[in-house]
Amino acid sequence: MKPAPFDFVRADSLGEALEALHEAGDEARVIAGGQSLVPMLNMRLARPSVLVDVMRIRELCRIEERKGQIVVGAAVKQVELERWSPLAALLPLVASALPWVGHAQTRSRGTVCGSLAHADPSAELPLALLALGGEVHLRNRRKKRVLPASAFFMGMMATAVEPGEMIEAVAFPSHPMGTGTAFNEVARRHGDFAIVACAAIARADGTNRLAVGGVADTPQAIELPDPADDGFEDALNEFAWSLGARDDLHASARYRRDLVRSLGRQTVEEAIAWRS
Amino acid sequence: MTINPSAGRWTGRSVPRVEDAALLSGRARFVDDLPTAAGTLYAAIVRSPHGHADIRSIDVADAMKSAGVAAVVTGDDIRRLTRSMTVGVKADVECWPIATDRVRYVGEPVAVVVAADRYLAEDAAEKVAVDYAVLPAVVEPVAALSGDAPVLHPSLGGNLINERRFSYGDPDGAFASAAHRIGIDVTYPRNSCTPIETYGVVASYDPGEDAYDILANFQGPFSIHAVVARALNVPGNRMRLRTPPSSGGSYGIKQGVFPYMILMGVAARIAGRPVKWIEDRLEHLAASVSATNRVTRLEAAVEPDGRITALSWDQIEDCGAHLRAPEPATLYRMHGNMTGAYAIDNLAIRNRVVLTNKTPTGLNRGFGGPQIYFPLERLMQRIARELGLDPLAVIRRNLVPAGSFPYRTASGALLDSGDYQAALDRAVEEGGLDELTRRRDEARAEGRLYGIGLAAVVEPSVSNMGYITTVLTPGQRANAGPKNGAQATATIAIDPLGAVSVKVASVPQGQGHRTVLSQVVADGLGLDPAAIAVVADVDTGRDAWSIASGNYSSRFAPAVAGAAKLAADRLRAKLAEVAAGQLNVAAADVDFSGGRALSRSNPDNSVSFARVAAAAHWAPGTLPGSVDQTIRETVFWTPEQLDAPNAEDEVNSSLCHGFIFDFCGVEIDRRTGEVRIDRYVTMHDCGTILHPAMVDGQVRGGFAQALGAALLEEFAYGADGSFRSGTLADYLIPTVMEVPDPVILHYESPSPFTPLGAKGVGEGNCMSTPACIANAVADAIGADDLVLPLSPSRIAGLLAGEEPQPKVTPKPAEKAAPGGGRKLTGEGSADVAASREDVWRMLLDPATLSAIIPGSHGVEKVSDTRFTADVTLGVGPVKGRYKADIELSDLDEPNGVTLTGRTVGALGSGEGSGRVTLEDLGGGRTRIAYSYEAAIGGKVASVGGRLLDGAARVVIGQFFKALATHAGGGRAGAGNMPGAGLFARLRALIGGGR
Amino acid sequence: MAKLSREASHEVRFRLNGRNVTAQAPARMLLTDLLRHVLGETGTHVGCEHGVCGACTVQLDGEPVRACLMLAAQAEGADIRTVEGLELAPGALSPLQAAFREHFALQCGFCTAGILMSLDALLERAPDASEETIREHLSGHLCRCTGYTPIVKAALAAQAQLKEEAANA
Repeated sequence: MKPAPFDFVRADSLGEALEALHEAGDEARVIAGGQSLVPMLNMRLARPSVLVDVMRIRELCRIEERKGQIVVGAAVKQVELERWSPLAALLPLVASALPWVGHAQTRSRGTVCGSLAHADPSAELPLALLALGGEVHLRNRRKKRVLPASAFFMGMMATAVEPGEMIEAVAFPSHPMGTGTAFNEVARRHGDFAIVACAAIARADGTNRLAVGGVADTPQAIELPDPADDGFEDALNEFAWSLGARDDLHASARYRRDLVRSLGRQTVEEAIAWRS
Repeated sequence: MTINPSAGRWTGRSVPRVEDAALLSGRARFVDDLPTAAGTLYAAIVRSPHGHADIRSIDVADAMKSAGVAAVVTGDDIRRLTRSMTVGVKADVECWPIATDRVRYVGEPVAVVVAADRYLAEDAAEKVAVDYAVLPAVVEPVAALSGDAPVLHPSLGGNLINERRFSYGDPDGAFASAAHRIGIDVTYPRNSCTPIETYGVVASYDPGEDAYDILANFQGPFSIHAVVARALNVPGNRMRLRTPPSSGGSYGIKQGVFPYMILMGVAARIAGRPVKWIEDRLEHLAASVSATNRVTRLEAAVEPDGRITALSWDQIEDCGAHLRAPEPATLYRMHGNMTGAYAIDNLAIRNRVVLTNKTPTGLNRGFGGPQIYFPLERLMQRIARELGLDPLAVIRRNLVPAGSFPYRTASGALLDSGDYQAALDRAVEEGGLDELTRRRDEARAEGRLYGIGLAAVVEPSVSNMGYITTVLTPGQRANAGPKNGAQATATIAIDPLGAVSVKVASVPQGQGHRTVLSQVVADGLGLDPAAIAVVADVDTGRDAWSIASGNYSSRFAPAVAGAAKLAADRLRAKLAEVAAGQLNVAAADVDFSGGRALSRSNPDNSVSFARVAAAAHWAPGTLPGSVDQTIRETVFWTPEQLDAPNAEDEVNSSLCHGFIFDFCGVEIDRRTGEVRIDRYVTMHDCGTILHPAMVDGQVRGGFAQALGAALLEEFAYGADGSFRSGTLADYLIPTVMEVPDPVILHYESPSPFTPLGAKGVGEGNCMSTPACIANAVADAIGADDLVLPLSPSRIAGLLAGEEPQPKVTPKPAEKAAPGGGRKLTGEGSADVAASREDVWRMLLDPATLSAIIPGSHGVEKVSDTRFTADVTLGVGPVKGRYKADIELSDLDEPNGVTLTGRTVGALGSGEGSGRVTLEDLGGGRTRIAYSYEAAIGGKVASVGGRLLDGAARVVIGQFFKALATHAGGGRAGAGNMPGAGLFARLRALIGGGR
Repeated sequence: MAKLSREASHEVRFRLNGRNVTAQAPARMLLTDLLRHVLGETGTHVGCEHGVCGACTVQLDGEPVRACLMLAAQAEGADIRTVEGLELAPGALSPLQAAFREHFALQCGFCTAGILMSLDALLERAPDASEETIREHLSGHLCRCTGYTPIVKAALAAQAQLKEEAANA
């Protein structure tokens, strides 16, 4: 289990990284923390011909609060965001999702943006980003673009990142007053990828948003009324069916739908409880 | 940490382990840590991606040209230079460590590439081109017996390799006269105890002496040394086997390294250099060794009071693709104790051994125990339920009575010692069964799901080398000659300075053998354990060893430590005579204590141990005439109770039989189906305890593995033989968060048959715990049929009522794959701006196909209906290059066509069939609709199972998307979404998402 | 910027257990292989090479990381600590190591190095970590021998000992 050969570019600046990505095009892959990519390299499932290491690029190492957003650079490790002191106040949903991401020994090295780039359908950070309606900042050597999460995740392990392009940062909208959030997950073991993960936001105006990971090829979200309302149960049930759950080694499709209904309701209720 | 030997004995106390300082500071030496000879080469193994296929050809030319490659070894080389491995039953079948003309399981070795380092070896392994003709596979043991099942080994004529029936007492009479006949059907899954260190082998060959020198983290020599030497076609003294000082866990599994000794030995011979191979985790999970899966029908003849008068077993044992030594030992290790902890005089057994397209099986902690105690203890619970009795009362009523030991079971085991009732009573009281019952009542009153499970088992240890011959008929056995016993050896040596060394051939894998031996010998010679050096790894070229030597069947404490005690006793007796002369007292008056030899009657009259001990070196002439030497004492010990199976097929399959009684309370989350263990109590009678902390360590470790088997772990296979548990993210080993701390209780009934009174203890919970937990779950949810592992999804499935149906969303078509296997299915459609006739032409034109297949490196037309394509397919960063054969059938121009495709590449293989229909939408537009069924095997299936469905949808969708684009763009065609990801394009194609 | 071509070996410099080391590694070499087979520090073990078992855990700039999920080239300039760096002096076990021995928190010892590196980092960074936090950190490690209980006990005992030492210092 050793990687196939590749060239390794250690970029010291964003410009260097983008130039290297441009040169290698489709054959290049950004490596940040490597916690998703290196297993695939070791198994030779992934075999890029060039790896561009962005972990030394200073401008990507920042967590910044700007214009109601928390902007997390591509080299920011999950543990750094986890320990960022304003996190619980500004991004309570991310704060509650982060401990579910892998293990302490992978969060210490894995980056926030790397998890998004990998776009595993069961991963927690893509789910949180979609739930919050965050944005991904992409950049190639010529231009920048900003995509909403809903446009960024295009399928199982597929994102809108184009050859020559990389994620520069991710922006989470900071927590509005009077809003409640909650995160829940069922996995086979602690630290495993979710069988079903739920993130809910209860807004001050009484509307709710529920996002679910682990079922469809990308995280999916739905607007829901108050759980006490008549329409709630039906809407959640339709949502559960719409995700196209399938049987796999660890859980049946029915089980996943059941969890979307039960865990989804619980998560929305918890978010509402946090709202007040 | 200092321990004061207050009672004057070291044995029986939890002294710190001598092994630990090195292990804790990175100085211990495991197989991959040892220095290698200059010029050592590294091996990587090409393995089968198919569960069943004929090998048409193997082309190694490109691999040989790859950088750093010294040799590529294939089945032809192995056939030329070795002999088939010995098979433990009389059957016309060969057993090779590598595929020769056919592969029979995913992961079966096909070629060994030897190169300058492992990276280069893996590069070259990818370049070995194997042409397979895929065959239908069979993975379920019952299906393997059916007349139309694919046959793995044509020479056998079927997949049944051995069948034997046994009858003890009068089972037919007992069933005929019994008030009740109560039965249970059990399907026991595949799992393994999965050590964290994988296999490792370093082999070299000396052509001058025709001799192999093999270092491996094996756990023998045991009977396997003979198998390997025979296969390599050398006498045993030219197959020197050595083991490293430390081994990273085994639990039986490392026995399975032996086929690789043969492979690497031959690789070294061909390469002319030492060859090292360290198995990686993917190889280990797919192809090392697994416990057997078994299908069992067990029936009991039961009186109204719950007394069982007869048992009838019908077992179908699945040993995988080859019957590899020592199999079918899993099936026969328990033969003497098929009545468990119970006094049941009448017993019928039917044993069938079948071969399927799965990894060959081998040793695994509990070896044979989980497969019998799960049905037996589940049946005990069922008997209680059906008769309205308390499960504890049913167990009590049937236990072997106190005072009847040694007790001969119906099938011939001699249960050495115990008081099962007393141990059970103590467990019930000290473990708080009443309290759990109260908790259950309270929980149920609140509507919660709470259950209590029980299990009573006898844990055999110190295997009789002859038990496996029970698989032969008495006539066959008579021809082959008797096999029996369990030779253990220990050597104690004294050097010229009087320092004591102990040497055993036991191959520790974490059990602290060196510590216990230092305790035992320290007691024997009146020394401090720290003064004694112990070597426990094996070198068959130098050690005293026998065919029974090794670390298996929990034989260390009863047999090996016992042999060390006997050696110490013998040496002590001689040293007492030497000391008697030096102290001028009678030998009977000599005692050894505190590092001195002294007169019991006058303790001031003493001499240092070293002075007595070294006399044989410095002044042998001073030894009394009755003492030959005191330099080295080797003891061989085999228990007289281990006779060969007799003409009635009675066999004392193991020397010792510990007793275990477990109970537990579990609560089940009604919503998620998750099992929470409220309390787990495990009572052990393993005879005399030599080191309490290590005994508890064995119990906890076995319990954790058994918990994994009960709730988490399974080697899963698709119906096509694809392996689905290829990573540690799929094969789920419990972490600290899933393992509760069991309450461990002890009852000590020393074994009268072992020198120290000790019995084995390491395997018991692997036998008792899965059944105990399943009984508790059954009690909680009122379910009868439980299949391990009890995943939340499975339990929730048993609890689930009617599901709320969708009102708007279309329901997905859920097709259950045959045999629980893995078929990927999907469907979609695309509207394109082209006529049906145009689309039809495109589908049949290789030039168009090459242009529209994404990642195509070329499509060739073989015939009007057959094409071959060379394509790169992938999802996200996962990409692989594949060769695809595409066949068109059921042509109905221009309405529909069926495409059948097969691909194979570095990442695995795929096989699928799809029906494409073309519907005229008018206005020059056509709707292309497709549905497919596909199966994916090989590496991607093994390691990416969780992601496969989505990946297959993407890959298959690519083709149709490209077709739509080529035909003039789809309804929301990709042309409108430049740069969009593959999946978005696919989604657009199939109508805006699901 | 450094561009390491696939064909050649390249120099990697970092601190290892307090010493500066320089080693040659191909661009694709894993940190585990560099530590074990180039530098001969074989105390760091390899159990799965896909980041699940935790046996290869080392400390990178004070944080526990999987050495099998790092390329050697990524270690350039880092401060790495392995199990070989834990003893107070040769033959003198650290309080954490001693607690493992005292509580029989290891059997085969293969997973132990990684566990020690995780716990050592945790107890250094969070001396008051709760048992729950300790368990959370241990959940990134697979041990097949012990059933984990003695490991938790050893960690708690070491924590108490370290706190006492800190209070007396």
